Order: sequence, then structure tokens, then C-alpha cells
Amino acid sequence: MRSRLFRRPNAKIGAALIAVMLIAAVFGVMYTPYDPIINNLHLRLVAPSGQHWLGTDEWGRDVFSRLLNGASISVFVSFSTVLVSVAIGALVGALTGYFSGWPSRVVMLFIDALLAFPSLIMALGVIAVFGASSTGVIIALSLTYIPAVARVVRANVLSLREKEYVEASRVMGNAELYTMLRHALPNAVAPIIVLATALFGWALLAESALSFLGLGVPPPESSWGGMLADSRNYVSDAPWLAIAPGLAISLSLLGVNLFGDALRDEFDPHMKNLV
Amino acid sequence: MLTYAAKRILLAIPTLLIVAIAVFAMLHLIPGDPAQLMLGDIESPEALARLRTELGLDRPLVVQFAVWMGRALHGDLGTSIVQQRPVLEILLGSFAVTASIVVPAVVIATLLAIPLGMLAAWKQNTRVDAGLMTLAIVFLSIPSFWLGLLFLMFFGLKLDLFPVVGYVSPFENFGEGISYLVMPVMSLALIETGVIVRMARASTIEVLRLEYITHARAKGLSETTIALRHALKNTLAPTWTVIGLTLGSLLGGAVVTETVFTIPGIGRLLVDSIFARDYPVVQGALLFITAIYVGVNLLIDLSYPLFDPRVRLS
Repeated sequence: MRSRLFRRPNAKIGAALIAVMLIAAVFGVMYTPYDPIINNLHLRLVAPSGQHWLGTDEWGRDVFSRLLNGASISVFVSFSTVLVSVAIGALVGALTGYFSGWPSRVVMLFIDALLAFPSLIMALGVIAVFGASSTGVIIALSLTYIPAVARVVRANVLSLREKEYVEASRVMGNAELYTMLRHALPNAVAPIIVLATALFGWALLAESALSFLGLGVPPPESSWGGMLADSRNYVSDAPWLAIAPGLAISLSLLGVNLFGDALRDEFDPHMKNLV
Repeated sequence: MLTYAAKRILLAIPTLLIVAIAVFAMLHLIPGDPAQLMLGDIESPEALARLRTELGLDRPLVVQFAVWMGRALHGDLGTSIVQQRPVLEILLGSFAVTASIVVPAVVIATLLAIPLGMLAAWKQNTRVDAGLMTLAIVFLSIPSFWLGLLFLMFFGLKLDLFPVVGYVSPFENFGEGISYLVMPVMSLALIETGVIVRMARASTIEVLRLEYITHARAKGLSETTIALRHALKNTLAPTWTVIGLTLGSLLGGAVVTETVFTIPGIGRLLVDSIFARDYPVVQGALLFITAIYVGVNLLIDLSYPLFDPRVRLS
């Protein structure tokens, strides 16, 4: 299965771009050439050079170092969002799919209502409550994506419930909850992985959009969206400030999208219309 | 058809009710006293007490919700604390601005994406297809705020073709208004084309497999006739959903594009109001935007039978 996936050129390019992003994120935590936070006003708006590969910003901070630091924040926020929304969404989806009855219907009513919010708008509403911070972004985005995960998992579990092997487990006298967790849910893993990959991309984009709006990761912490927002004041003097973070977001997203597409085609061509 | 329409409309009501409850609850979830939050720290105790009575904060939650909901249904969304004007009036003004960039952008994206998507499907697995799909996924991966910023730097500052900052309504001064709209519309349109073209391609491929297309070919019809007379309509149905979702979400949330180009649209209004803690506007905007989103999707659902008569039966 794995070797077949990587025979697709898109999967290779996607995986390579994701790898670069992850390596940058690791460096962002472990080692950056300069301090990404501390100001150095002697070095304001220095153009890219051998010393500062991507130049410096209006506070004299090294753009490359901030880019690495931003990678770790983006990856951390996106990954946490995926983890939280898949864990809760899959549980809700599996329970409502496996156990029919009025509690399931009520829960689905709420899930459908949550889906009625345009996703970025809902995230903005949640942030209005929790305040702008990494945690705020993770909570806001998870709440936004849980309904989508619940929907997909529920649809899968609904059809798996009718399968003979699930029936068999029930006939053998296994508890319903055990049957669901042991036999129904594991068979819904493939679509969950495909969805989780897509979610990672959405979260990455949404996090940078929120930071761009000033409602995401607060300064002085570096985030790609925030760096882009700051660059707007210097577009004519220091265009490099707008190029580097934008390219970083776009290439990371391209990687996730390419890999996600390949994964989806590999696992389940019928998912095309769902995600 | 009528039962289908009635069912769809009825289904939207509980959704909107839950949305309203969520938006109402929001203000009460924020730690602290809503009246205090709205007024800030410097106001006198009298002003605080007055606002508390005005908002009905001294009454039970259920009553507060009923009163708030009742007013909202009559178009009274309260008064903005910052602008001291009715919230609905502010919302309608900024919604018109957002619509003036989003509607042209989605129309352009649709007109570009459907023929290109059909072309890619027709030439499936050729260089044309690969080239178009590569372009699509690249544009899909560029955040709209970055593309907007690049447009600003290149077309605005370097070539000096379009004004960089501000907004003039095309309804007041058409020529000038349009020049402010070109860059935001183009940056939104290009990205949405990437989204829609993939859907158009996928649904065309599904359609091309069907027997009636083989039959049309066997009759000796030209490929153009098959595309326009036979495939187009069935391709549109699923693509239509994506277009509707795009239109609905952009109408309420072209926030980032509006921010890049300093356009006073409804998304920008929401963000500014969050910063200013102008909660009546925040609540009003959330409710309004979601109602638009649900409304657009409802219209899309109701239009399905036009493309696909089979929907009427289910």
C-alpha cells in the first residue's frame, strides 16, 4: 500500500514539501540562526544578504529565524486542531452512527446547525469569546471542524453497522460499545485519515488567516500570517517581508493538498465528493 | 416539487434557531458582566445600571433570549456601541460592499472554471488535463490574502494601474468604483476558480462514463454538441453546490481580502467590532452572515430540480 502511494508523483512532491515544513518546525523549536523575538533596531529592514538570508523586519529581527519559529507554531496549532477535532468528532460520529434513536438525532441536529456557520466566521465568533491566543485558535478551529468529522465518520459507521462481521460480534454476545469500538470504528479509519489530512491544510490556512487579521497567535511570537500582516506597512521599502512568509504558507499548503489528493485517490476514490 | 421545497425550507428553521441560541449564548460565555464588557472600564455605575436594564440583564436568561429573538425577527438587532447607529443599518451597508466584490468574483470564477473543468475532463490524463489541474491546485494553495498582497505590490505599486488603498462604491462613481474593485475581485476569482474547476472536472468525468453520452457519440454528434447539449447540464448539478457554498461563505467572510484592500465589507466590520468589543454588532453580524449562508444554500438546494428532475421525486 505504501509503495503504491509513493508511485504517484503528486504524493512524492507533497511528501517532500511536508517534510521541509516539518524540518523547519523542528528547527524553529531547537535552533534558529538569530533570536526570532528580540528586537535589534540597528538592523531595521536589512535586505536579504549572506548574513540574513531573507533580510530583517522593522524590528531588526531575522526573517529566516522568524520563518522557522512560525513553522513550529503553525504546525503545532494545526496538528493540535486535527488531534482534538478528530478525537471528538470521530467519537460523536461513531456513537451517533452506531446507536440510532432520539439522542443521536438531537446531537445530529446540533452538528448540522454548527455546519451552518461559514467556518472562518465561526472561528472568529469563538475567538471573540476566548480571546486571541494559540489555545484560542485551537479551540475555535476544533469546534469548527468537529461537525465535519462527525458527519463523515457517522456516514461510514452507519453503513458498517449493517456488515456481517459487526452482526457476528453482536450475535456472539459482545457488548454494543465493544462491538462499535472493536469492529465498526477501525474500519472507518481510512476515510478519517484522508479527512485529517485535509483538516490539517484547512487549519494551517485558517491559523494564518486569523493571525493575519490579528486574532490568531499574538505578537511578538512569530506566525506566518502575522508576518504577512506586518509586511503591509513596508511593501514598497521591504518587499521581501511579504514574499517569504507568503511562499512558506503556499508551499506548505500545496504539499498538504497534493499529498491529501494522492491519499484520497489511493484509499477511496468515492470520497472525492465528500471532502 | 412543492413538497421538496417546503421540506427544505422547514429544515432550515431549527438550524437557524440553534444558530441564534449559539450567538446569544456567546455574549454570556465571555467571562464577566456583558454590560461592563460593552462599556469598558471608565463608565459610571449609573450608565452601567442603565445598560443592564436596557439589555434586560436583570431578567432570567430564557426571557432575555425570547426578547432578543423577538426583536431580531422584527429586524431590530440593537444599537452599535461604537457607531451609535442601528446594527441592521450598519450590516446592510457593509453587506452591499462585500457583495460588490464577491458576486463578480464568483461569476468570473464560474465562467472560467466550468469550461476549463469540462475541457480537462474531456482531455483526461493528457498534458492539457495535467497542466490545468496543476494550476488549479497551485491557486487553491495560495492564501487569498497573499495573492491580494502580491497584486497590490505588482499592479498597484509597481505598475501603478489601480488604486492601492480605499474603496469607492461603484454605485456612486462607476468608473472609479470599478478601478477599486479590479484587484480584490481578481484575487478572489482566481482562487475560487481553483476550487470550482476541480469539482467541474470530477463531475464531468462521472457524466462522460454514462451510457447516454456513448449513445450521443454513436449518433455521430460532434463533441461540442455533446458537451453543450448533453453533458453541461448534468455537470452543473454537483458543481452548483460548490459554487453555492463558495458564494455563501464569501458573502459572509471575504474578511481577509477585505483587510488586504481596506474594503469596508461585512467581514471587516465583524473583525473590527471584535477588537472594539462592540458586541451588539458582533452578534448581529454573526447572525446576519449565517442567515445569508443558510439562505444561499437553501436557494441552491431549491434550484436542483432545474438541473435534475430526479431530485423532485426523492
